[in-house]
Amino acid sequence: MANIPQRIIHEYLRHDKKFPHVWCAGCSNGIVLGAIIRAIASMNLDRDDIVMVSGIGCSSRMPVYVDFNTLHTLHGRSIAYATGVKLHKPNLKVIVVTGDGDCTAIGGNHLIHAARRNIDLKVILINNNIYGMTGGQCSPTTPHEAVATTAPYGNIEPDFNVCNLAMGAGASFVARTTAFHVQEMQGIIKDAMDHPGFSLIEVVSACPVIFGRLNKKGGAPQMMKDFRDNSIPLAAVDKLPPEKVEGKIIRGILRREIRPEYTAQYADLVKRVQAKEGE
Amino acid sequence: MSNKVEKDRMGMIIRAEDTPEKMEVEVTEVKAPGDDDSPVLIYYNWCKKCGICVAFCPTGCLGRKSDGSPYVAAPEKCIHCETCDRLCPDFAITGAKDR
Amino acid sequence: MPKKEIKSKAAPKPKKESIAVKPESKLSELEATRERKNVLMQGNEAVAYGALDAGVNFFAGYPITPSTEVAEILAAELPKRGGTFIQMEDEIASICAITGASLAGAKSLTATSGPGFSLMQEGIGFAKITETPCVVVNVQRMGPSTGMPTSPAQGDMMQAKWGSHGDSPAIVLYPATVKESYELTIRAVNLSEKYRTCVILLLDEVIGHMREAVKLPDMANVRVINRIKPTVPPHWYKHYDENQKYLSPLASYGEGYRFHVTGLTHDSHGFPTNKSSEAAEMMARLRKKIDYNIRDLVQIESYQMEDAKIAIFTAGITARAAKAAIAMARYEGIKVGLLRPLTIWPFPDDAVRKMLRNVETVIVPELNQGQLIHEIQRLTKDKSDGNLIPIQRVDGQLITPNDILRKIKEVS
Repeated sequence: MANIPQRIIHEYLRHDKKFPHVWCAGCSNGIVLGAIIRAIASMNLDRDDIVMVSGIGCSSRMPVYVDFNTLHTLHGRSIAYATGVKLHKPNLKVIVVTGDGDCTAIGGNHLIHAARRNIDLKVILINNNIYGMTGGQCSPTTPHEAVATTAPYGNIEPDFNVCNLAMGAGASFVARTTAFHVQEMQGIIKDAMDHPGFSLIEVVSACPVIFGRLNKKGGAPQMMKDFRDNSIPLAAVDKLPPEKVEGKIIRGILRREIRPEYTAQYADLVKRVQAKEGE
Repeated sequence: MSNKVEKDRMGMIIRAEDTPEKMEVEVTEVKAPGDDDSPVLIYYNWCKKCGICVAFCPTGCLGRKSDGSPYVAAPEKCIHCETCDRLCPDFAITGAKDR
Repeated sequence: MPKKEIKSKAAPKPKKESIAVKPESKLSELEATRERKNVLMQGNEAVAYGALDAGVNFFAGYPITPSTEVAEILAAELPKRGGTFIQMEDEIASICAITGASLAGAKSLTATSGPGFSLMQEGIGFAKITETPCVVVNVQRMGPSTGMPTSPAQGDMMQAKWGSHGDSPAIVLYPATVKESYELTIRAVNLSEKYRTCVILLLDEVIGHMREAVKLPDMANVRVINRIKPTVPPHWYKHYDENQKYLSPLASYGEGYRFHVTGLTHDSHGFPTNKSSEAAEMMARLRKKIDYNIRDLVQIESYQMEDAKIAIFTAGITARAAKAAIAMARYEGIKVGLLRPLTIWPFPDDAVRKMLRNVETVIVPELNQGQLIHEIQRLTKDKSDGNLIPIQRVDGQLITPNDILRKIKEVS
């Protein structure tokens, strides 16, 4: 029998979908999808219990490819939909895949409230600093002075530090990694899946064809090299002199604390009410 | 060779041996995918020629063809570290041992 | 009632214990204790109890006058029944949350008013194209914009049908009494489950807030419809598998049917498509499942129309004023009747055509600047004749029986 390759991706991707997938050459979305699949495969979760929700944008085209319960919702509203799914069936593992525009621009309100509630959603925010699907408009995470089709003279707006935003809103698990550090990303996704509470994973990722070209980043491999060279692990931050840390991408789990999780709180409330009602 | 650094359309600095006329190996007779002894399996119909695998293969076992797609330039160098596996955005290459 | 043990291969595998466990529903015990005697009940309260009796077990909403009482009552009642209540950060999040919950298997409902209804339009469109059952209660108030939050108006009737971009038919119900608010809430939930769509329940502020003596029926004779369950194993399942009545079974997340739902135009499996044939098929299903089931959907009240020379066509609170006007007019020997749609959309074309054939004049009183009247004009053959009389009021006050009586006398 010929040696027919049977890889992890073949088990977790929907075989009847069109491959290669829709993302551009060198786009990090495919890398993140691979990391998610490998993380979930290593945890042998029951696929019937995994729900992947996304909004609108390049990264939000991910759920259609994976063999889970998948939901491709409105621009910016994935977290609100995911809240509904999770609240009704708390045993489901709900993963939200979203982009920087989808999550922090139009969807910002839902992000900060879900974080405040600490509802058990795994939000994987693929931050490529641009609106890719619509052709390169600037987003809340487009760096200062970077070029975008709606910032042709350089972006004058300061950008969000997404992790600080989520931590400020009360997220109990916040981590950052880059598309290059795939091993670390896989580990962080696994930790987030185990974390009982709102988890935000910011993946600093490359959009070579649009953001990269507009800002002369030199192609996908070059952008990946930049991620490798311009990022430092959290642990090294206090060891290095300040000028070494300045402007670097800080990778790792920035916050992991146990706080009451929303659906557990609600289940307790129901038990309390029904007990009182029973008397 | 002029000392001007040439970059290909993906912005990658072209190493001397990448330029077509310098390549010893003729593009067509490259190890076919699924070939038993090839350490690395490449799905050419999924590969979008982004060049990431070639750029980050730690042992330089992969080379880049003129059209930008990877090929196994030095099979013996492959250490099955699966970096190309993990970094490929299109799942188009695997160096896994037990694939 | 013990959980039925499912033996088939497709049965969900036993779930390992996880942190947040869904509490067991206590509906059965609770029903026995609730005595259903004659009570003075508010419209919004009737909507809340209608939702509960229809089996709604998920509410996500946002406070807005004049519909907040629905949320407040469900916040107290749902936990008792093991249901879920959440106040979301805005109305957009509310419609999204109830749609998400419905996909996970919940019967879900939200309640809002004009401003919130406008915010929910994109979400309503998503629920319609993905054919996900849910109910939006819109207790109308004086618009536009902030308008007069505690004053009645009937200005959202066209928005209820055309509010979301793109065109997909709507099911909109419209009660005129507190008891009917209870009954039509149950009907709205049932229709949303059966037709797998977002059903809208329009109320007037006055009905939402006023109290009337109401005796809720015993649960025994409350007819509850649940979504059609798939009868095929997961690898056979098509998320849009219409039968001859264009209705499709619906699985839920977590049951082993790992289906895809998207707001993009999609094929029968739910995957995005740009093929015009598949797009046409999807749009046809959305339309036909309403058009081919008009008889089941349309519900009208024909009041003293048998010998009527003049007909009044209106809905909601204005119809009650019309009934009083009819009584006074009949006392003075004028033959006038009322045709009242309980289902605004799909519009009762046949009933209106029959009315137009039988009467000389039609009076359309409504608390807006002409919405229902356009539908009547659409159905009148001879557009030129002047016997279609509007009575319109947009000053925050109700149209009174005398307003209508005066007009009846004018035309009789």
